[in-house]
Amino acid sequence: MTALSALFARDARISIRIGGGAIMGVLFFLTVVTLVPFAVGPDLALLRRIGPAILWIGALLSSLLALDRLFANDHEDGSLDLILMARPPLELVIVTKALAHWITTGLPLVVASPILGLFLNLEPNALAATGLTLLIGTPALTFIGVVGAALATALRRGGLLLPVLVLPLTVPVLIFGVAATNAAVVGGGRFDTPLTILCALTLMSGVIGPFAAAATLRYGME
Amino acid sequence: MALIDLANPTRFVALVERVLPWLAAATLFAFAFGLWGTYLAPDDYQQGATVKIMFIHVPNAWLSMFVWGMMSAAALGTLVWRHPLADVAAKCAAPLGAAFTFLALVTGSLWGRPMWGTYWVWDARLTSVLVLFIMYLALIALWRTVDDPARVGRAAAVLTLVGAVNLPIIKFSVDWWNTLHQPASVFRMGGSTIDRSMLIPLAFMALAFTLLFITLHLAAMRNEIMRRRVRTLMLTQAERAA
Repeated sequence: MTALSALFARDARISIRIGGGAIMGVLFFLTVVTLVPFAVGPDLALLRRIGPAILWIGALLSSLLALDRLFANDHEDGSLDLILMARPPLELVIVTKALAHWITTGLPLVVASPILGLFLNLEPNALAATGLTLLIGTPALTFIGVVGAALATALRRGGLLLPVLVLPLTVPVLIFGVAATNAAVVGGGRFDTPLTILCALTLMSGVIGPFAAAATLRYGME
Repeated sequence: MALIDLANPTRFVALVERVLPWLAAATLFAFAFGLWGTYLAPDDYQQGATVKIMFIHVPNAWLSMFVWGMMSAAALGTLVWRHPLADVAAKCAAPLGAAFTFLALVTGSLWGRPMWGTYWVWDARLTSVLVLFIMYLALIALWRTVDDPARVGRAAAVLTLVGAVNLPIIKFSVDWWNTLHQPASVFRMGGSTIDRSMLIPLAFMALAFTLLFITLHLAAMRNEIMRRRVRTLMLTQAERAA
């Protein structure tokens, strides 16, 4: 087993066993989606119109909350130092960790989104469109979040620093994700453009995020 | 004295002390000239005298992007060349850039109320500049998290480079999307479309604001170097006492 696949299996296993990852993320997603109708009122037509946006914001906030687990546990028990000194390039290591993180925390959000969409009175095609855009967009959220997680770990500052750093960078993903979903719901051919831009954002962040996070971990740790 | 000597903080501070009064005077002259040009500039045939907000709004907007670009260059100086004063330059530029962005947003908003009928609209240009403002604030917050300036300097440099991706989005947002904000009139392919009578005062105001930034930036860098010296002295004193 190569080093990277071993790291992937280790991260996935720890994430599933320690818990607080998938379940907590989905629970928080459920909480946010439940809070919004309390605030805007039970008007079903309104909820159907803003449903994709609520699902996207819920997924965004849930992934934010799970992010500090990416490096914190490894930093505490010292395995992050070993990883930094290991043979595989740090950028690839971070891609592996981010993928393991996404599969254990981002993918459950994607799976839960159609069910939560029923609370918001979404049509079946809206449920499918939201699920698809979340499937493409949540890896982007993870890759962008990796930068914030690395900064928070290297500087050993928690609190609201990570969300404040990461949220402005995730704004384009949010904009295009909701635009793609709404275009699919309304119908017509406008679905392609925002969806392809969303794919581009995921691919781009998959490159920029790990490079930036690797630079932070390399130079920022004391 | 070669340019490389400026990497020495003591030489740099000495140079700043010599140059700063002249820069301040140049800034005042440039503002006087620019404001006089603004007074002389003609009214717009549609907007009347309100168009003169442009002479404050546009230079501030230009500088908000220019300062982030300068911080990106400083970030490269920190990460690639390990220049001693690069992180000082980046740290001192962030609040100034945030102030210019804030002024651009506020003057634009005040201009939008009579012209567009609204203080704010979520179009591409305004949204991306607002995101830039939030990123400035996040960067300032990051600078203040950790005591050790060297360590946080590298982390902030990485964040600055990641945020630099926003600059082309802001610049081309009026071309890529259907926006309420007007398209580019000065820096565009095919030359500018503004009449000379407005372009010259605009250029002078831009020069004035740039000189203002340079003056304040150099003064802030000198202050930051002094601040770090004080911190080192206090740490040494604490160590000796222990």
